[in-house]
Amino acid sequence: MNSAVKDENAPELRGFREVQSLAYACAEAVAGGLKPGMTEREAARMQRDWLRERGVRDWFHLPFAWFGDRTAFAGFKVPLQFFPTNRKLEPGMPFILDLAPVYKGFTADIGYSGCLGLNPLHDKLLADLEAHRELILREVRERRSLREIYENVERLMIKQGYANRHRAYPFGVIAHKVDRVAERRWSPQVFGFGTQSIKGLMSDALHGHRDGWSPLWSPYSFSDHPPQPGLWAVEPHLGFRGTGAKFEEILVVTDSKDPEQSAFWLDDDLPHVRRWAEERVAA
Amino acid sequence: MSLRDLPGARERRVRTGGIELCVAELGDEERPTVVLVHGYPDSKEVWTEVAKQLADQWHVVLYDVRGHGRSTAPMPLRGGFTLEKLTDDFLAVADAVSPDRPVHLVGHDWGSVQAWEFATVKRTEGRIASFTSMSGPSLDHFGHWIKQRMARPTPRRVGQLLGQGAKSWYVYMLHTPVLPELAWRGPLGKRWPRMLERLEKVPAGDYPTSSLPDDAAHGAWLYRDNVRARLSRPRTDAYAHVPVQLITPTGDIFLSEKLYDQLELWAPQLVRRTLDGKHWVPRTRPDQLASWISEFVAANEAAEEDGRPMQDTAPTGAYADRFGGRLVLVTGAAGGIGRATAFAFAEAGARVVAVDRDAEGAARTAEMARLIGAPAAWGEEVDVSDEQAMEKLAEKVAAEYGIVDVLVNNAGIGLSGSFLDTTSEDWKNVLDVNLWGVIHGCRFFGRQMAERGQGGHIVNTASAAAYQPSRALPAYSTSKAAVLMLSECLRAELADRSIGVSAICPGIVNTNITATTHFAGADAAEEKRLRKRTSRLYGLRNYPPERVADAILKAVVRNQAVVPVTPEARGARFLSRFSPGALRGIARLKPPL
Repeated sequence: MNSAVKDENAPELRGFREVQSLAYACAEAVAGGLKPGMTEREAARMQRDWLRERGVRDWFHLPFAWFGDRTAFAGFKVPLQFFPTNRKLEPGMPFILDLAPVYKGFTADIGYSGCLGLNPLHDKLLADLEAHRELILREVRERRSLREIYENVERLMIKQGYANRHRAYPFGVIAHKVDRVAERRWSPQVFGFGTQSIKGLMSDALHGHRDGWSPLWSPYSFSDHPPQPGLWAVEPHLGFRGTGAKFEEILVVTDSKDPEQSAFWLDDDLPHVRRWAEERVAA
Repeated sequence: MSLRDLPGARERRVRTGGIELCVAELGDEERPTVVLVHGYPDSKEVWTEVAKQLADQWHVVLYDVRGHGRSTAPMPLRGGFTLEKLTDDFLAVADAVSPDRPVHLVGHDWGSVQAWEFATVKRTEGRIASFTSMSGPSLDHFGHWIKQRMARPTPRRVGQLLGQGAKSWYVYMLHTPVLPELAWRGPLGKRWPRMLERLEKVPAGDYPTSSLPDDAAHGAWLYRDNVRARLSRPRTDAYAHVPVQLITPTGDIFLSEKLYDQLELWAPQLVRRTLDGKHWVPRTRPDQLASWISEFVAANEAAEEDGRPMQDTAPTGAYADRFGGRLVLVTGAAGGIGRATAFAFAEAGARVVAVDRDAEGAARTAEMARLIGAPAAWGEEVDVSDEQAMEKLAEKVAAEYGIVDVLVNNAGIGLSGSFLDTTSEDWKNVLDVNLWGVIHGCRFFGRQMAERGQGGHIVNTASAAAYQPSRALPAYSTSKAAVLMLSECLRAELADRSIGVSAICPGIVNTNITATTHFAGADAAEEKRLRKRTSRLYGLRNYPPERVADAILKAVVRNQAVVPVTPEARGARFLSRFSPGALRGIARLKPPL
């Protein structure tokens, strides 16, 4: 299924917005319920249960939760380390919830960073993510190559004093395409990823390979092409000495000639965006 | 300057148990009281420098222990120096100088040994607010330490026992009758000041005082009255009822650092500090002691006011005991190895001055350093190749932040290209930053360190290119080889002043240096391509600057002379010593660019 979107008012986008805000509502609800001593597994289960109760039956990937220095992927060598562990949450610890539900055939993939109690360093990381959200949107509108944008994001991170931690993701991606998926009665997961979504991604990869683009936005030469129209789940991830922070949300890229409509964030009413606005007001 | 010459020093005499103690007070009496107890063979004047600095903030009280200085000695001497009687003395002094408030206790050597007794017996509860111990273990803890090791003598434990046993030679000597007294009143007493100067690097001056022979002769009874009794039958309830700060000098020839293993079991609220110095730190490192004591007293006072036990504010990074509160200056701190080094020191609790010609980057480093544990951090915009600017920076740092304890001369630029393509302008640029930057740093900050006379450390970032010749980096390698030799010479010169010098040779590390390297003989487009290409190769190698920073901290702690960091840097170092011909062969290869 391919959703060709013309502009912000395209009817398909309503479904994506709905599932994205549902996912963020889940993240906020679960984050609010986290207590010292809870484990990553418990946090992941809470997200799963919360969304199942609200009608989610399929996943792009099952919810992840990372606590403490695992938010910066400290010492990650193999992909299995991404899965939730029995790491316990402690006061002042940063955490990240990463969930990707499929609801009524629409996919969301979001990341939510928070911390239990006060942590000025974590606040700083979160605040510094704003520049990345602006940079990505600006350069996508300028139709720069995805690889170049990736490198510019990384340069900004280094300038800020941080390490690029999205490089730890499979293929080092900062983003990947998401799409509508067929609703099946039985949709199993393989290594935490929904088979329907993987199928979509693989078919994109196949088509893209023929046409010279890739559904994975990576630092490698296969991403050396202008942004491909569609929906991209963008997830810049900062790491700083055992503390990590990210956001993840959907960027819509269209083939419109109008720069404003050629790329835009699916929804601006998200916790991290509201937080930056509040900080600006407070300042 | 002796204590009596200090402005505002007041003296009084306190009578207790048939003797008279000479007590000196400095500073505002309304402020919390800090009591300093001296060791053996000393008198309260051992604290002069420390007391002077503490008096700005606190009510400082010093007293001569019975039989020492201008306090009178008990008669008879035998049995007059037991820890119980010394506790009576302390309580009498505390009641006289601070009747309503508990006092903060600081002890050195035997002063610390008795203070451990004060801090662990029931009857002083509520009279002590905190205790800073240096170079003096509790005899009871020591007794248990020996017993544990005797009971299960593994090879390591036997080694520890023998090690400390050898360091305690003077204790056995002091147990012989009459001889120590004769020696102290005779030749030893005369030669002692000179010995302290030579062996302990205690600065010359009016210390030790003229009462030394009597102090030392009387003080022998401290050992005779207590050591055998306590070591053979240590108290089992010697738990500290106050927060304890333990300051361990790393070069103490009388006490092994191993003595304090598992001290947390006896002192639940323990903060550990480590200091590069010998036994007489109150004379050789007064600035650092005063600042740590002040900090600890202030933290405990604040905790007292809040009505809760002191929070564990100590930073948690590696070597936090060593670098907590110390002043570290890093050049080239806006990125790469410099920034990572600034962060590593910040994590260890050091105060950080981040210097770079990129003002914004330096400020950013300072800001992040404060967030991860530096009690204070500043960004300074200076080009290290500018002599006047460096001189001004040194003056400003000394005036506003203090004398630098650790200097990291890290700023450097890259220059590649064949010798025949390298212009004299290129040469000048690279030498100005890479070599003159280091020279300026060492001259201005090194001089300050040397003049203070309380030790310090200089780290210069050289490179594996300092000993690995290469046809691609003639100018860069030359500048770094000069830095390496400069560090070695400086190390030899400054060793006398307890200032260590280390040269770090990182090797291929993933930093921004490749993106700014000048390629001699290449036009703009070609240079851009080469920069991109080398950045990519360095990125593939992907050795993180954080690991170089860790090596730098370790080099300072261990005072290492030359530290190759990456495996290729170690390999080249090895070859340069055992098979330089192989390195020459490698030097002729063209890099794959």
